[in-house]
Amino acid sequence: MAQEEEALGKAVDRRLIGRLLGYVRPYRWTVVFATIAAALQSATQIVGPYLNKVVIDRYLFPSPDAHNLFGSYLPQDAFRGVATLGVLYLAILGVGFVLDFGQTYAMQWVGQHSMYDLRTQLFAHLQRLPISFFDHNPAGRLVTRVTNDVETLNDTISTALVALFDDVFVLTMIVVVMIRFNWQLSLITVGVLPAIFLATHYFRKAVRESYRRIRILVARINVFLQEHITGMAVVQAFNREEQAYREFEQINKGYCKAWVDAVFAYSVYYPVVEFLSILAVTLILWFGGLKVMHGTLTIGIVFAFIQYTQRFFRPIQDLSDKYNTLQSAMASSERIFKLLDAPLDPVRPAAAVPLGPGRIEFDHVWFAYAGEEWILRDVNFVVEPGSSLAIVGHTGAGKTTMISLLLRFYDVQQGRILLDGVDLRDYDLRQLRQRFGIVLQDPYLFTGTIADNIRMDDAGITEAQVQAAERDANLADFLATLPQGDATALRERGSGLSTGQKQLVNFARALAANPSILILDEATASVDTDTELKIREALNRMLAGRTSILIAHRLSTIQRADLILVLHKGVLREQGTHQELLRQHGIYWRLYRLQYKDQELPAAAGVPQPVVSP
Amino acid sequence: MSWALFKSLWPYLRRYRLRLALGLGILLVNTAVFVLIPYIIDLAIDDLGQGATLAKLLKYCLLLMATVSARAVLNYYQRLILITVSRLIEFDLRNDLLARLETLSQGFFQKFRTGDLMARAVNDLTAVRNMLGPGIMYSAQAVVLFGYVVTILWHLDWRLTLIAFVPAPFVSLAVQWFGKRIHERFERIQSMFSNLATRVEENLSGLRLVRAYAREPVEEAKFDQLNRDYVQRNLRLVLLSGAFDPLLQFLLGVAYVLVLWFGGRAVLEHRITIGGYAAFNLYMAQMAFPMIAMGYVINLVQRGAASLVRLQELLHQTPDIADGPEADAGIATLRGELEFRHLSFSYNGVPVLRDVNLKIPAGATVALVGPTGSGKSTLVSLLPRLLDTPPGMVLVDGRPIREIPLRVLRSSIGWVPQETFLFSDTLRANIAFGRPEASDAEVEAAADIAGLGRDVADFPEGYQTRVGERGLSLSGGQKQRTALARAVLRQPRILILDDALASVDTITEERILEKLEGVAFRRGGQCTTLLISHRISTVRNADFIAVLEQGRIVEQGTHAELIGRGGAYAGLYEKQLLEEELARVD
Repeated sequence: MAQEEEALGKAVDRRLIGRLLGYVRPYRWTVVFATIAAALQSATQIVGPYLNKVVIDRYLFPSPDAHNLFGSYLPQDAFRGVATLGVLYLAILGVGFVLDFGQTYAMQWVGQHSMYDLRTQLFAHLQRLPISFFDHNPAGRLVTRVTNDVETLNDTISTALVALFDDVFVLTMIVVVMIRFNWQLSLITVGVLPAIFLATHYFRKAVRESYRRIRILVARINVFLQEHITGMAVVQAFNREEQAYREFEQINKGYCKAWVDAVFAYSVYYPVVEFLSILAVTLILWFGGLKVMHGTLTIGIVFAFIQYTQRFFRPIQDLSDKYNTLQSAMASSERIFKLLDAPLDPVRPAAAVPLGPGRIEFDHVWFAYAGEEWILRDVNFVVEPGSSLAIVGHTGAGKTTMISLLLRFYDVQQGRILLDGVDLRDYDLRQLRQRFGIVLQDPYLFTGTIADNIRMDDAGITEAQVQAAERDANLADFLATLPQGDATALRERGSGLSTGQKQLVNFARALAANPSILILDEATASVDTDTELKIREALNRMLAGRTSILIAHRLSTIQRADLILVLHKGVLREQGTHQELLRQHGIYWRLYRLQYKDQELPAAAGVPQPVVSP
Repeated sequence: MSWALFKSLWPYLRRYRLRLALGLGILLVNTAVFVLIPYIIDLAIDDLGQGATLAKLLKYCLLLMATVSARAVLNYYQRLILITVSRLIEFDLRNDLLARLETLSQGFFQKFRTGDLMARAVNDLTAVRNMLGPGIMYSAQAVVLFGYVVTILWHLDWRLTLIAFVPAPFVSLAVQWFGKRIHERFERIQSMFSNLATRVEENLSGLRLVRAYAREPVEEAKFDQLNRDYVQRNLRLVLLSGAFDPLLQFLLGVAYVLVLWFGGRAVLEHRITIGGYAAFNLYMAQMAFPMIAMGYVINLVQRGAASLVRLQELLHQTPDIADGPEADAGIATLRGELEFRHLSFSYNGVPVLRDVNLKIPAGATVALVGPTGSGKSTLVSLLPRLLDTPPGMVLVDGRPIREIPLRVLRSSIGWVPQETFLFSDTLRANIAFGRPEASDAEVEAAADIAGLGRDVADFPEGYQTRVGERGLSLSGGQKQRTALARAVLRQPRILILDDALASVDTITEERILEKLEGVAFRRGGQCTTLLISHRISTVRNADFIAVLEQGRIVEQGTHAELIGRGGAYAGLYEKQLLEEELARVD
């Protein structure tokens, strides 16, 4: 993962830029406005030295042959002339201020809105990706795509890109004005450029090497800290404090050294650029001065050149910074688009299937998460409407997979699963899932109130239904002890509740929509004796009169089911009722015997009515 | 930044006081050279106006070259010295931070989450370093430059200086007014940003439920609300931040206008020369960047100060578990007799253990069972003193645990934690974590006992295989067996297995436990074992089983006794048995 995050590609990738522009297109007129504003604004930026030149050549040190764009409009009187130019300058600055603000706001507006669109698209995409996608992509990384990566892009669009335009406009205008003043002198300024580019090139090379080391070492520092903070108890219990400190110091030293090298590069680069820019000023002073002495150039122009030259190099330095921003934006967009390109589940457009009574059939079902590693092999069984099914099997036998298939989190490779005689793949996905009430093994709770969690934000579930669900799930007693009842807000992941209480909330959630089919993957975590009793009671009530499928871990729960499946390594080894399975003298019978071997053994194939300990 | 806060940095600054002094000295000279440049241009332009000679022009040009060369050298050293110091202090602070964390107990690590600690060690440290490096350098430079420029301009024409600096107080007002508000809005946006991230995270964690209940549209609506709010907030920030920069530019522009207008008048009135007029313009340009940067620098310092507070909060934590005066240096080995005496323990105000009484003779195997959250792990964490209790509640070899030197206590314990934790290193380094000096043979023997030997043979580089991030990813069972080998290699007197083999299948686990017992016997049966497990097959052979519920021991006895009683243990037995026996089916 870290490698993927670190990889930096080119700063300009046409394919990516083309795709990014697609997000800006809806706001293109705003962009056009911003660009025009930026161009006008940069004109106001270069007006200062020009007005200085006018003031000097016309009033302060009058040169008769000076050409001025608007010389004829200016008053003859020097004092009034200076004041007029001052007011003009102030007015231009005011306009510049308005344009600058307008342009910034417009581009930020575009950036924010297009990033809003992108985030919405990403989130919606995540809601539609197949479950298998999430098996390979950790949640943390996906969160980064929607948040940080989009943010990086936004920075680029609304800040870097604008500054880039700005810089280019300003540079162009300076060059144009300088050439108009005196093309020979402007050659000096432009002539220093190759030296600057060369310096920048070497600087970037040196810094890139340092940054490469820095990135690696930052990752190492992060991993080290992460590991040693999480595993501090292990460090302490094994007396490893000193050694860990020494290791950390080593990495840290390398990191510090890498930065000092980068600082060295900066310490050389900045002075060199400044040196070159003052060198240009000196050359202008020399050649310009010579021309002034020969009377072929005015002082005002020499001074304007000096001022322009100083302003010339700042945008160029900026440009190389922008390159880095652009590069990381490209890396971010590459990752974002990779996520957006992940293929969605094939949606089979389905004619609405009429609601049936809830008959489930597995018809020669084969399934593997990957390749030929079959999790289920040729599984066949039927659950009649209103009856209950219990699945027995060891961890990894394929029990939970069967539930995932029923909910169509995955599709079967061979065979088919039928609900009321219709293949699951012919159902509308949402309509299909709404038929089930589900309790997953991990009792997950969302942020919100307990009632929100039961209702799952389904506005169609009435207050009365929620309360009925709470009663049936044996949750009411517990809620009564809370001052705000089911309106109590849950802390992060329901951290205030015990495991058992979370399970009961999940039960209530499954019941609230009054589903025709109940699916229950019993949690393995053990709970205290009181809660255990509550859960059992609730279970009994919930199963009554519904088609239900449950993965259970207690024979006492299982033996009440209408049909019991014994699943072993993906193969359905036995199926039947409790009585039938006992008569088979197979796996189930052995389990049953084992469980009660400490008590009196029932007669081998007789009708057992053991005393089940609560 | 408050004085007290600054003083807390003094020990670090002190270490580099000579370099700092040198760096700031160079900065003084460097800035002085910097302000010479406009001055030379000023002289040159004056002379040009009065009909200069070639020699004079050459002199100015050479002077400029000399100045700018000196400037380049000084600039180089100034940056190198001052910024490097900030990197060195960052280095020191980061080391000190880890050293401090190493002395803190699990109580601390429960209070501060890993993410929070990481943020402090990474982001806050960066902010402090930025304050110390660029923060100090740029603000010192701005102050010195301001001083020099004002002095020079005052000498040229004090009235024009006053006029030219009219925008200055407005700049400082704007920086303060905007700075504060932008900061506030920015903070709020940051917290909204993390809300957004939390929302996505929660959606992905509850993914299967969202899909199962077909709640995607609701989830999208919820996300949309946050997304919309986030955009609105950002645009409100832009209203300020988008005006701030143009406003600064405008105010600086006003200074130019004033120089053009009133400086022009001054030239016409012959109070200053044309060169002086140019100098005013050039000095304004020199001041422009530090002025604009002031907002940025103030921000650096503010963030740095806030981060420093957060860092100090960690650096000033008192080590909560350490040898006290009661530690008896005479104790070098332990027998392994354990006792909990009326032990009650609370964690952040929540009682976790209540009046636990348990005496374990040296060499015995005791199993602890009970639901999650019943206090089992907390109970065993008290033995290596990862958590501390009030005195007298935990005794080892009949003596209060605090009398035993921490090093002796911990090196006598082999602890296999519930959440297996391995480090990104070689397999060998992980096994030899508690005894880096152990021989290869010893490491291999420990691995064999833990049932890991055969797996290692299949690894590409055997014991030198790197595991963890960027290495081979081990299965849950392999990880747990590695952690067990790590504990076994210490040849502990007390072995703690905190649900340590849950990911290993039942049959392998039994085999490992048998081997462990054999080893213990070879050493004279002196290893006291505490076993936490949900598996009946694991605990049934223990000398003694204690059942915990909500921090209390509710049942105790041997397996047979507890089954006979038909209580909590018997209930657990029923639930577990099925799964365990199914695992045995072929």
